[in-house]
Amino acid sequence: MSTINQSGWRPTTPEKGDSDTSTFTGNRALMLEEPLIFEIGSTETTGVDFDFEPGMGAYEDRLGGLARTAPIGLPGLSEPETVRHYTRLSRQNYAIDLGLFPLGSCTMKHNPRLNERMARLPGFADLHPLTPVDSCQGALEVIDQLAHWLITLTGMHAVAMSPKAGAHGELCGVLAIRAALDARGEGHRKILLVPISAHGTNPATAAFANFTVEDIPATDDGRVDLAALKARLGPDIAGVMITNPNTCGLFERDMREISDAVHAAGGYVYCDGANFNAIVGRVRPGDLGIDAMHINLHKTFSTPHGGGGPGSGPVVLSQALAPYAPLPFVEKTAGGFRLVEEETADEHHAGTFGRMVAFHGQMGMFTRALTYILSHGADGLRQVAEDSVLNANYILRSMEDLLDAPFAKSGPCMHEAIFSDKGLPEGFSTIDVAKGLIDEGYHPMTVYFPLVVHGAMLVEPTETESKATLDQFIGAFRSVAARAKNGDPTVKTAPHFAPRRRLDETLAARKPVLAYKEPAVAEAAE
Amino acid sequence: MRYLPLTHADRKDMLSVIGAKTIDDLFVDVPGAAVLDGPIHGLPLHASELAVERHMTALAKKNLAAGDAPFFLGAGAYKHHVPASVDHLIQRGEFLTAYTPYQPEIAQGTLQMMFEFQSQVARLLGCDVANASMYDGSTACWEAIVMARRVTRRGKAILSGGLHPHYVSVANTMAKYTGDVLDTRLPVLGATPDTDDLIGLIDADTSCVVVQYPDILGRIADLSALADACHAKKALLIAVVTEPVALGAIKSPGEMGADIVVGEGQSIGVGLQFGGPYVGLFACSEKLVRQMPGRLCGETVDAEGKRGFVLTLSTREQHIRREKATSNICTSSVLCALAWSIHMTLLGEAGLRQLATKNHIGAIGASNVLSQVPGVELVTPVFFNEFTLKLSKEARPVVRQLADKGILAGVSLGRLYPGVESLENGLVVAVTETTTEEDVATLASALREALA
Repeated sequence: MSTINQSGWRPTTPEKGDSDTSTFTGNRALMLEEPLIFEIGSTETTGVDFDFEPGMGAYEDRLGGLARTAPIGLPGLSEPETVRHYTRLSRQNYAIDLGLFPLGSCTMKHNPRLNERMARLPGFADLHPLTPVDSCQGALEVIDQLAHWLITLTGMHAVAMSPKAGAHGELCGVLAIRAALDARGEGHRKILLVPISAHGTNPATAAFANFTVEDIPATDDGRVDLAALKARLGPDIAGVMITNPNTCGLFERDMREISDAVHAAGGYVYCDGANFNAIVGRVRPGDLGIDAMHINLHKTFSTPHGGGGPGSGPVVLSQALAPYAPLPFVEKTAGGFRLVEEETADEHHAGTFGRMVAFHGQMGMFTRALTYILSHGADGLRQVAEDSVLNANYILRSMEDLLDAPFAKSGPCMHEAIFSDKGLPEGFSTIDVAKGLIDEGYHPMTVYFPLVVHGAMLVEPTETESKATLDQFIGAFRSVAARAKNGDPTVKTAPHFAPRRRLDETLAARKPVLAYKEPAVAEAAE
Repeated sequence: MRYLPLTHADRKDMLSVIGAKTIDDLFVDVPGAAVLDGPIHGLPLHASELAVERHMTALAKKNLAAGDAPFFLGAGAYKHHVPASVDHLIQRGEFLTAYTPYQPEIAQGTLQMMFEFQSQVARLLGCDVANASMYDGSTACWEAIVMARRVTRRGKAILSGGLHPHYVSVANTMAKYTGDVLDTRLPVLGATPDTDDLIGLIDADTSCVVVQYPDILGRIADLSALADACHAKKALLIAVVTEPVALGAIKSPGEMGADIVVGEGQSIGVGLQFGGPYVGLFACSEKLVRQMPGRLCGETVDAEGKRGFVLTLSTREQHIRREKATSNICTSSVLCALAWSIHMTLLGEAGLRQLATKNHIGAIGASNVLSQVPGVELVTPVFFNEFTLKLSKEARPVVRQLADKGILAGVSLGRLYPGVESLENGLVVAVTETTTEEDVATLASALREALA
């Protein structure tokens, strides 16, 4: 792979007789095709310069005979080629900066650039995690201030900051439950009850932490079946993992009663806080009897999702679970902030279940989240909840005459509205409506989740969308839904105008190609 | 409240469309006792962009940034120069503010980048396939141990004394609850890692042996014999790389027979950031791929036969398998993976090798200068860009003393292994292309003073 494009990659060439719509390059004006770096780079090209070192290369190495001999096969590009490659790739992506991202349960809201600027201040961005604590007091103060906001907003007792993402926060919460039960000498409580509408991470997390999962059914109105839950409580139950507001977009009215019943039976209540943005500033989970809840910082506090991460999942804890919080954490003392780690965990923190990550968690996300929180203040955050709920109900009521809305009569929805594929003609399904929306210039809503609704379409507009944006989206959504209901065959073949038509996901799974191979190698493997 | 576009008039109009009198009508399902009637007491109200900027800048200034001091810290996080175009490109809104690519037709940018990242990681680590990133090196290490349990159906993992103590700590935390048995040990302040000693510990219950390469003291050793010994007993060899730049200079663990190679990718493209977000690397042989945790991107074609990319093999994942999933991981670290991939593309093989050479030469030079200081002994003669010094007194207070003078001298083993007397004089020193000769001279003279 030492010369450019040895692989023989070339863009799609025009078919004969199709010259009106085909181009020589395969590009279409601003829609540019982009090869892989392996097809355009070479192992001799580099986009970086190093200072000239007279003796470099002619030194005696100290590598103990382990110096690399075989080529690695890493392609390089010059700086201008690199900038173009990634800029071109970026244009194949939908993003919140381009338009509404109505993803239920995933909360894609505006990402303020002030957050980015603050996270890049050298005092935060260029700070080593093992730097002596006297040299990082400002960073510890950021963690402490964010912790204070999270505890106060949720009405809880303590917070574990280190979990790296929402699902990692779930793990932190259930490990705290495990540690508390063990401390009580009740290690036999091994069952976690999980409603069937839960995020898939909930049961996966429980299993990863060695709990046994049992499902709890939902009622017809989309909430946890309280009677079924109560009937299952007993001395073998460690607790319940519940999502509130739930994934049907509804507030669990019986939350207090659920918590009381679980506590009375000796268990703990874990709440999946993925949807906290719907209630922040209006309801404190601590007042509902919750023992542990993770907060996805990107969802409620606008840290960027970046195409699938990084996340950050601090976990707020009740008084009962606080002693078991993981290490490390920050403590305010008379002389400044100190870092409580393995060696400094005194009798006060003796119950800690241990360390979950190498360092202190997602500091870069903490800076962004704190910046966002300070910008909004207590009043702005309350407005966040109100506007997100208002926007979701506006969409629910603007669509329910056209699309089946299974819980339209279950009370107001919270921050997300749910629809089903009921009423679509034979051969048309949720996926067709979703792909149709792509042609209208929108990212589709969440589809086929939650599982309790057939062909679910879960729409979450968030609070950062204007009424004009919502009105245009509703118009597009209605148009696509109406075309599907009328059996318009072009909906079945959507998208027509995206960088790619429908992709063959079955082929990808049946014959997995997960890494680039030079054509000669790939052929030999056939 | 500059981020909220609804006007009072909009809100009124929308409530009337909904058929509600006030916003409170939309919160009727919240039990009365839990309703807050106004902004939470004791928290400040919203603030201007300028005010927030002042507040955060004041906090940032209370820290001693790595670039503002002679800097020698490593031990799992490294300061390297990141080209300006890396941060510029990851801040493009189409990358920064995109969602997980579940709708591949309008997410080819992220998907193609993930495929390229997987390919780069697999080649660098010397494996067939890699996933599209994990949270960080320490959690990737635990996931590898769980995967080895799944593959071998055995529950005992042997962890080398050269493995980062925080990684060991994470594994210990999890093993307490999962029933895995961990055989862990402490490093010995000497020239060679415990690679050969581990061979004798492998038995019929061993699922895997976990080694770090280079190890926590910066040492490197050939893993081939250990890999053979693992395979002879049907156990897996897991290698952990916390400084991937090293692989520009030394053989990859995959080449030496490691079955799973995990790593902390931070040192390429991702800043120090006080510990996160970082990017976990995870690679393995092709035959193990269905047991792999995390997200995978695969090549396919669209309805017109054009090449495209999709997330694939999701039948291993939590959203389909729920409690039977290979892992509960749902988020990866894609934005950091993007930074990693861009930096690696800028380097290319030629640049990576130059970078690695420069790191290694700089470290040799620094080790020569520092070991001339009375009271300093170099205990690790074979290393890449990080080596361990034995001081004539306890290293931890020395590090603190030097930090007060504005010198960030390295990571004392006393901080990493509190209470372990045999290690307390150890100082781990990392040297990269950002370290200057003046930095080394400053450290040498400060050490001379502190140890006098």
